Amino acid sequence: MKRPGLVKAVLIFLFLAFLIQGGLRLYRHRHFDVSVVAGPGVTRVSRLSDFGPGLKGTMADTLVYFMEGGEPGGKAILMSNTHANEPEGLLTTLLMLENAVVEKGSLIIIPQFNHSASRNTRPGDGYPLYFEIPTDWGRKTFRLGNRDASPLDQWPDPDAYIHYPDRQLLSYIDVRNTNRTWPGRPNGPLMEKVTFAAMEIMRREKVDVAIDIHGAETMFPVTNCIVAPDKSIRIATLASLTVKAREGFDNHVEPSPTGFRGLSHREIGDYSDTLPFLLEAPIPFLDQPTGPKTEKLLLDGKDPFLLSLAQKKKLFVPYDASGWPIEKRVGQHCSIILEILRQYSKKNPDRSILARDIPRYAEVIQNGVGHYFHDPAGAEKDCLYPN
Amino acid sequence: MPIIMILYYLITAYLVVLLVWNFIREKKKIEELAQYLLVLIPLVLRILRIK
Repeated sequence: MKRPGLVKAVLIFLFLAFLIQGGLRLYRHRHFDVSVVAGPGVTRVSRLSDFGPGLKGTMADTLVYFMEGGEPGGKAILMSNTHANEPEGLLTTLLMLENAVVEKGSLIIIPQFNHSASRNTRPGDGYPLYFEIPTDWGRKTFRLGNRDASPLDQWPDPDAYIHYPDRQLLSYIDVRNTNRTWPGRPNGPLMEKVTFAAMEIMRREKVDVAIDIHGAETMFPVTNCIVAPDKSIRIATLASLTVKAREGFDNHVEPSPTGFRGLSHREIGDYSDTLPFLLEAPIPFLDQPTGPKTEKLLLDGKDPFLLSLAQKKKLFVPYDASGWPIEKRVGQHCSIILEILRQYSKKNPDRSILARDIPRYAEVIQNGVGHYFHDPAGAEKDCLYPN
Repeated sequence: MPIIMILYYLITAYLVVLLVWNFIREKKKIEELAQYLLVLIPLVLRILRIK
């Protein structure tokens, strides 16, 4: 090699250029805050660390919003971004936070349940770092996260994750997956501390209903459905039949498997008096045989490869050239949540939960998701929560 | 930060020192110089707590 000093200098320059250019984008993503405008229904805001030890000062700590009605009644907890690459859940809960008013009972909302995962990304799969939703006042930018918590917050992964307390062997990566670490423990890995704190909310606040909001691949059988254990399945079935009859969309019921541990719909029911439900809306972006993982695919769900597979009957949901847009996914979640609360309230009138100003399926499709978000620039400062 | 995580950061720092040392000593093969730097990128990003 001639002139090794010069060659090394050029290589170091290239190394620093790649490191700074790539590193800065990742750093900005991890520290980018989404401004949440708390609506008139939000009565107090707490943090998850108030309910579980070991979370204070970590990236796993997250905001917990309370929406308490004037009349006493039951309580429901809504969690989204358990998997932070399934944004329909986050958009559903933020839409509720900014608009809903609870008249009877309470809603407890944790929009960024796996807060660390929401500040993680998957560049290896070409994930976009952000996505934008058009609103009546401009475009609102959100972080796109990853399925699992960031290794910056919980590292290293074990060879296999031994679930607590059942000791079932799970994939090593599920130690950072907050839909495998239920019911958690106060002195376990960070993500077990997250689920333990959520269990503490349910136990201390005597929460009646827990709804964990997700999205799932169109090629995965557990999609477009409500997953419920035996104790919740009657309400889930009634909710599924009612939305089909009244609003015209399918959302079948899947039984929660008793032998698969760590999932919210399994452990919340087994370790508390709360009735758990897990909602899945189809999200083509997560399917493997698609084109590039673009922001457009994330939002409109249109993909020619999936369309071809749908014609060969390889998908578990109906799929045509209209894709599976975000409005449809968020609208489904809104209607299913309202229906679960209504069915629960009908069966338990003394613990009923009544909320207004939450749009249903047809309204979200007609108006678009962004219509329900308020401009942070025009909001009172004490209503703004960067999250 | 748990003790195991601190130990993993120390291992990462050790690997970074080894790679930098090999980069400095290498005088003949340009491919190896480039490879040392490529391998360094994720390790440096982890130490800087960026990725």
